[in-house]
Amino acid sequence: MSGPALRLALEIDGDGAHPAAWRRAAHSPDQLLSPRRVARVAAAAENAGFTLLTLDDGALPPGTGPDVVGRIGAVERAAFIAASTSVVGIAPVVPLTYAEPFHVSSQLASLDHISIGRAGWVVSEEARPEAASVWGRPLVDGTVARARESRDGVEVVRELWDSWEDDAVIRSVATSRYLDRDRLHYVDFTGDTYTVKGPAIVPRPPQGQLVVLGSPERVPADQLDVAFVEGRDLTAVTASASAAGTPRTFAEVEVALDTAHATAEERVEDLERHGSWSDRGRLRHIGSAAGLAVLLRELRGVVDGVRLHPLVLDEDLPEVSRLVLPHLFERRDAVRPLAGASLRTHLGLDRPANRYAVAAAAQEDVR
Amino acid sequence: MTRTDPLDVPRPDAQLHFGVFFQGVNHWTVWSDPASGSQIDPANFRRVAQTAERGLFDAFFLGEGLRLREVDGRIHDLDVAGRPDAITQLAALAAVTDRIGLVSTSNTTFNEAADLARRLSGLDLLSEGRAGWNVVTTDNAWTGANFRRGGYLDHADRYRRAEEFLTVARALWDSWADKAVAGSADAPAWAAPGAVRQVRHQGPQFDVDLAPTLPRSAQGHPVIFQAGDSGEGRDFAARNADVIFSAHGNDFDDALAFADDLRRRLRAVGRPDDDLRILPGTEIIIGATEEEALEKKRWIRLQQVTPATALGIAGLLWGIDLFGRDADGPLPKEDPVVAENDGSFGARRIADPRQVVAEWREKADANRWSLRETVIALGPQRGHVGTPEGLADKFAHFVRHGAVDGFNVTPYLIPDGLDDIVDHLVPALQERGVYRTDYTGTTLREHLNLRAPLTHRTATA
Repeated sequence: MSGPALRLALEIDGDGAHPAAWRRAAHSPDQLLSPRRVARVAAAAENAGFTLLTLDDGALPPGTGPDVVGRIGAVERAAFIAASTSVVGIAPVVPLTYAEPFHVSSQLASLDHISIGRAGWVVSEEARPEAASVWGRPLVDGTVARARESRDGVEVVRELWDSWEDDAVIRSVATSRYLDRDRLHYVDFTGDTYTVKGPAIVPRPPQGQLVVLGSPERVPADQLDVAFVEGRDLTAVTASASAAGTPRTFAEVEVALDTAHATAEERVEDLERHGSWSDRGRLRHIGSAAGLAVLLRELRGVVDGVRLHPLVLDEDLPEVSRLVLPHLFERRDAVRPLAGASLRTHLGLDRPANRYAVAAAAQEDVR
Repeated sequence: MTRTDPLDVPRPDAQLHFGVFFQGVNHWTVWSDPASGSQIDPANFRRVAQTAERGLFDAFFLGEGLRLREVDGRIHDLDVAGRPDAITQLAALAAVTDRIGLVSTSNTTFNEAADLARRLSGLDLLSEGRAGWNVVTTDNAWTGANFRRGGYLDHADRYRRAEEFLTVARALWDSWADKAVAGSADAPAWAAPGAVRQVRHQGPQFDVDLAPTLPRSAQGHPVIFQAGDSGEGRDFAARNADVIFSAHGNDFDDALAFADDLRRRLRAVGRPDDDLRILPGTEIIIGATEEEALEKKRWIRLQQVTPATALGIAGLLWGIDLFGRDADGPLPKEDPVVAENDGSFGARRIADPRQVVAEWREKADANRWSLRETVIALGPQRGHVGTPEGLADKFAHFVRHGAVDGFNVTPYLIPDGLDDIVDHLVPALQERGVYRTDYTGTTLREHLNLRAPLTHRTATA
């Protein structure tokens, strides 16, 4: 095996990756949106040794027909999880197609404060036209326009995170000054469709900048820390990973495992009676825990991490926790996160310097 | 004040309700004391919320700011600034508290109804029915500069938008039938067919056609709070709110007049006149003796109104930059300069500075006060000062005569500023029978002893 040990991420939205996963969940359907359920899944994943939890979201119902149609906002769930866990990283999905970047920046910076540096952000898009009315905004139509909103939005959010230098709160009793206003900055952002003044109302997040994750097809690679890369086989994943151009890459892996009660195939078939597990062009492992371990080992050196999308959380997470992760950790094919470290540290990413502090220091040097 | 005979008052069984307001930006939070902790550290939010819960408070409140305050076009640097997004912070507190209500101040001008309603629903579900929403509006383009929509709404429009905002939010909150979600995995669908209504609303401010993503919480939907002292604000509260934050909690007669006015307005819109809880914001300063409490107040005021803060406050009144003057010397000799807009935002506007300055001069001369002493003495006289027993008697009198339903306490120190109240005042109130000895319900609506949400009454009547 080559390359640094893998970091493991887990997508925990709903009851699992299959739209009908709720039919095999270990709780009654009406408990899906309860706080106990949210906390229990997060605790199980943290104890298993995942480095990062991601939470899918969207302003419209996640499913139609017989599928799940309820979902609490990802930022609210992430904040709740941040307060009920201590080590694992937490990254909510937040699209910028219509949302106010100023609010998004505040919410995510707050999440990083609440989790003491364990927060990330999965940038996504609101592609369904009905979403426009949620924000009272004209339709952002087409991939180019949505990509523009994502690009401008990520830029504003990142600038706002830097708009307070780390030491802006000075508490100078001698001068009665709580803030050093020279260490606060108007971002004066001008994008294609709007402007934002700044500075932020939330002090700079503990990580300086949260870890930003997303697809390089939708967000420029230089705005991302981690790219999610797809491909149906290793060759395709390898090609996507080497083309990503981001500091880190995570492979998307959909998983259904054999359990004591049913084989993976049987479990998938059971759910396919109710609807299909749509093929999104990702790696998919349907089979034994040992087979998954082999696949993940093969991914080491190809990508920096993997994000697992279990068919059914309540069935696959226990198998992954008992039969897959311990072996990977034992053989140092993957690493567990350490208590007290930031998500950036876990991903081997530096804490970024503040752009305004850097500019001010450069100015000093010129003088 | 003498003890009141409980049988001789209009509301002998009245109970006092407490909320705690974790203050953000103003000079009332003492940051210069060594015991003053970080205003952003999550441990301090947790500590204040858990202390309040230990004291059986109804609710924990967070304010909101959407732009840092400025004076003369420069960021105001004397007071605490920088705070978390309210709903995000409260969702975290939902995980580490069990009973206390969690109230977010969220703006209707710079949010959209469907988005904010969903966020508040999420908080309500994660806290199992403990969410509240303090509805506020903004009317300046200066705040709008941080938002895509930019611009601003004039004073009347901002209330029209707020009211339509509430209509849309309530429609979204009420869109799921009770027990909409299947109780077992064998059900034909996760949500019963027809149990989730599409919400269609077309109005001047909002055009929504949406299938909402969340069921009702244990309390129906978030409790609505409103702060607004103008006639318009009071009417808005009478039509829409469950709780009103007032600035009328210091003087008994003033508080009673405010409460009577609100009761009239409630009856005028067809609501029972006990349908709205009145919680004035207040500071509570406690000492073992009256003298000790007064001495503590004096110390606190000097921490709050530093020389620089005194010059800042006086500068706003005079319309002149006074920084660099001697705050411990006499009042400025100049006449106030009255400008339409001096580029200061987030500060209170003063109606007639010339008249106020004349009053200040007169009082300062008579008492030989310095500028700083004048600012302290003639600034807003907020709060209650005394011994736990004295304050308990006073508050029992207030609540039993219907002047208030309780107080929204603003501690001057974070994170320990609530300890005195919880450890000494609450037991004294309990002894007098005006404060709960245990939570009897689990939701914020139950704590406040409120009826069902306004939109549920006609439906079920």
